[in-house]
Amino acid sequence: MQHSPFVVEMKDIVKKFGNVVASDHVNFQVGKGEIHALLGENGAGKSTIMSMLAGIYKADTGSIFVNGNLAKIRSPKESMEHGIGMVHQNFRLVETLTAIENIILGEKGNMWRGSNWMKKKTKEIEELAEDYGLTFPTTVPVWQLSVGEQQRVEIVKTLYRGAEIIIFDEPTSVLTPGEVEQLFFTMAELKRNGKTMIITTHKLKEVMDIADRISVMRKGRMILQTLKEDTTIQELAKLMVGQDLSVGIPIKSVPLGLPIIEVRNLVVETKERIKAINHIDFTIHEHEIVGIAGVAGNGQKELAESLTGLIPWKSGEVIFNNDKLTMPKVKELIDKGIAHIPENRMKSGLAGSLGIVDNLLMKSYRTSKRSKFGLINKKANKQWAKQLTEQFDVRTPDLISPVGQLSGGNQQKLLFAREVDLNPKLMIAVHPTQGLDVGATRAVHEMLLQLKESGSGVLLISEDLDEVMQLSDRVLVLFNGEINGIVNRGQASKETIGQLMAGLSRKEERVNESKIVI
Amino acid sequence: MSQKSSSEPLSVDIRNDNNRSRFFPLKIEFDPHRKTGGWWVPILSIIVALLFCAIFIVINGMNPITVYAKMLVGAFGSSFGISETIVKAIPLLLCGLGVAVAYKISIWNIGAEGQFILGAIGATAVTIFFPNMPGALYIPLMMVGGAAAGAIWGLFTAVPRTHFQVNELITSLMLNYVALLLLDYLVYGPWRDPQGFNFPGTPEFTPYQMLASIGGTRLHFGLVFAILAVVFFAFFLAKTRWGYELRILGANPIAAQNAGIKISKHILIVMMISGGLAGFAGAIEVSGVAGRLMYGISPGYGYTAIIVAWLAKLNPWAMIVTSLFIGGLIVGGYSVQTIGLPSSFSSMLQGAILFCLISGEMLNKYRLKRVN
Repeated sequence: MQHSPFVVEMKDIVKKFGNVVASDHVNFQVGKGEIHALLGENGAGKSTIMSMLAGIYKADTGSIFVNGNLAKIRSPKESMEHGIGMVHQNFRLVETLTAIENIILGEKGNMWRGSNWMKKKTKEIEELAEDYGLTFPTTVPVWQLSVGEQQRVEIVKTLYRGAEIIIFDEPTSVLTPGEVEQLFFTMAELKRNGKTMIITTHKLKEVMDIADRISVMRKGRMILQTLKEDTTIQELAKLMVGQDLSVGIPIKSVPLGLPIIEVRNLVVETKERIKAINHIDFTIHEHEIVGIAGVAGNGQKELAESLTGLIPWKSGEVIFNNDKLTMPKVKELIDKGIAHIPENRMKSGLAGSLGIVDNLLMKSYRTSKRSKFGLINKKANKQWAKQLTEQFDVRTPDLISPVGQLSGGNQQKLLFAREVDLNPKLMIAVHPTQGLDVGATRAVHEMLLQLKESGSGVLLISEDLDEVMQLSDRVLVLFNGEINGIVNRGQASKETIGQLMAGLSRKEERVNESKIVI
Repeated sequence: MSQKSSSEPLSVDIRNDNNRSRFFPLKIEFDPHRKTGGWWVPILSIIVALLFCAIFIVINGMNPITVYAKMLVGAFGSSFGISETIVKAIPLLLCGLGVAVAYKISIWNIGAEGQFILGAIGATAVTIFFPNMPGALYIPLMMVGGAAAGAIWGLFTAVPRTHFQVNELITSLMLNYVALLLLDYLVYGPWRDPQGFNFPGTPEFTPYQMLASIGGTRLHFGLVFAILAVVFFAFFLAKTRWGYELRILGANPIAAQNAGIKISKHILIVMMISGGLAGFAGAIEVSGVAGRLMYGISPGYGYTAIIVAWLAKLNPWAMIVTSLFIGGLIVGGYSVQTIGLPSSFSSMLQGAILFCLISGEMLNKYRLKRVN
């Protein structure tokens, strides 16, 4: 393995999380002094691969070569010893310390750290930062710095530790356009100084702006490695999302019913007062599945949270069942008939340490069937829970053992059992098949279609484009909190949607909306 | 199941495996799937604590078995001992129930001591401000006054927590000292008995202001209240909607929120109940045992109650046993003084038990594995 042209070479890397294969025999090479873009949707396995290079995860099988030598990277420290530094998407900074203190954190030696030593270090770091045009306040706690400045601290941290290969994990996802420009300037400067950079992203335009070479990953596999000159944005978009997949469950066509929910001019702000959802309109009818496609972080989470009452919206109207909602509470919306399959079932849907009955009761324990005069009907509920687990085919040893021990598929079926039993008018399902195997995914899809058939409306938010396209009667593509395109079933290829997701064509496809067949 | 999304912080899944011992054939390994331990953890921790403290008995030149036997006889060997043990167990049980209800939803109230003192103050305030009420009214009003004062003291911890995210551990602990100083101010200042020969305490209560005693001992009717409290506590937690909501909140607050359960509302209610129970205990203590409000009304019941609650794994029925056990430990501690051990021996034993209990619960999540 001498005289390899690559500074980093990853061979046949396999990593599994439980029964989900996050990287499937991935080969990945980075040439010296290049800016290498690793492209892929969320969940494609980019971060996993990079985490293995940075020593945060250990590969199950496969080997990593750095500068042609086999490198055993078992911890971030060992990765650093090989000259690899990572700028994380969520910064690894101690917020109450200053930038300088953060940068020298973890440094060995120098038991005595007087003011002279600090001054020396401060000067050293400031000079290093200046060399690359990275400016940030050095004397105030890091939490007072802007996001862009914090990122610069992270970059200088890796440089200070002698990194020759710098990994940027989704570096632009948190930055303003101006800060992005500055970051790219810095990256160019770093490149001029002979550093090698790997940038993971799903933003095609940025890739074309900055990268020398491009790798594309999809569903844990490496799809393509190419020079920038040899490809186009359109090709990359197509590769990222994959080919059209037409097999699946047959979908009965049912004429749409009355509108269930009408969203008008909705604006939702995050805690930081950023408009996560920016003036969007849509309607969901009875017997209709409306899919939300989009790269994660474009407002999906906020949309789901505001429509389930978890966060308030800033302005706009939501009319549910001819009933205008004003600042609804979660409880109120449950009573009105909105069911919710949350994004992370164990984190926000189920209580892992409790049994089946308690978990099934969560939404309905207030109803007169499940409790009377404030007392829970224990016997009746047990019977009811037993019936539901059978009906929804939840495989469980008994009704009291903790649901945290069930398989992901069974947990999700349990969650569906709870929500569907409410006879919801609207089901908001967020990433309902994330982490599930093929069989469980199919079961979830069938349950969603069943809901549609029985007259409910479904809002399906998913990162799996195949799923969204297959199930939805209409797909809204979210980009930066706005609807960047509306596509009716079968009217657009995956490629088109992929481009809309990347914010490419802002064609006025909204015309379609006014022509919904009723 | 644990697919990582890139928006979540990554966790380190690499542990150093070079720290295995060369001399010891077993290594300790974390087992995340291990369920929390059964009843053997508290029982074993008591045994280990007894063995640990035996070392110090031997250092003091005594036989541990005779000392422990003496303690046992002192606490449970005579009707006097038993009644004294129960007298100590009553406030421990009530305060233990109080902290347990907060711990059920992961609100770490360690302010039972202050809430207990406030309860004592509240009950005494009834006697001081209404000296000429019909006699039958005193006991109910004193109990209500004590519980209300404790509940309000609990709110002082709960409101900053729900409205400003102030850590309840800190506020509840600090408020203990505020309560203690308030007590000192009252018994040394405005409420001091003018005929009390400078004793820091209020005038003695009239018989109407005292809880009736049971069978000529110091045992009083507070026992009935304490048992009733256990029954209500167990009933509410197991059978009611409210108990169910607490169960969900304790198991997964985010899921609870998604189900429309208001966390802050529950924190307020639970802290009021928690403080109310401790305040109730304080009211019972002044009207059942002390007969007046005085300096040092609580020998640390509020803190000891934390041990009572955790030894019982927050189970109300088991708390009857553990409060009797710890009460017996206190009473037994008095009796070993007669053979020359310091009175702090019983506190040391309590501390050792808590220490063993916490490490036992923690170590229970690990497994011994043979190094190959």
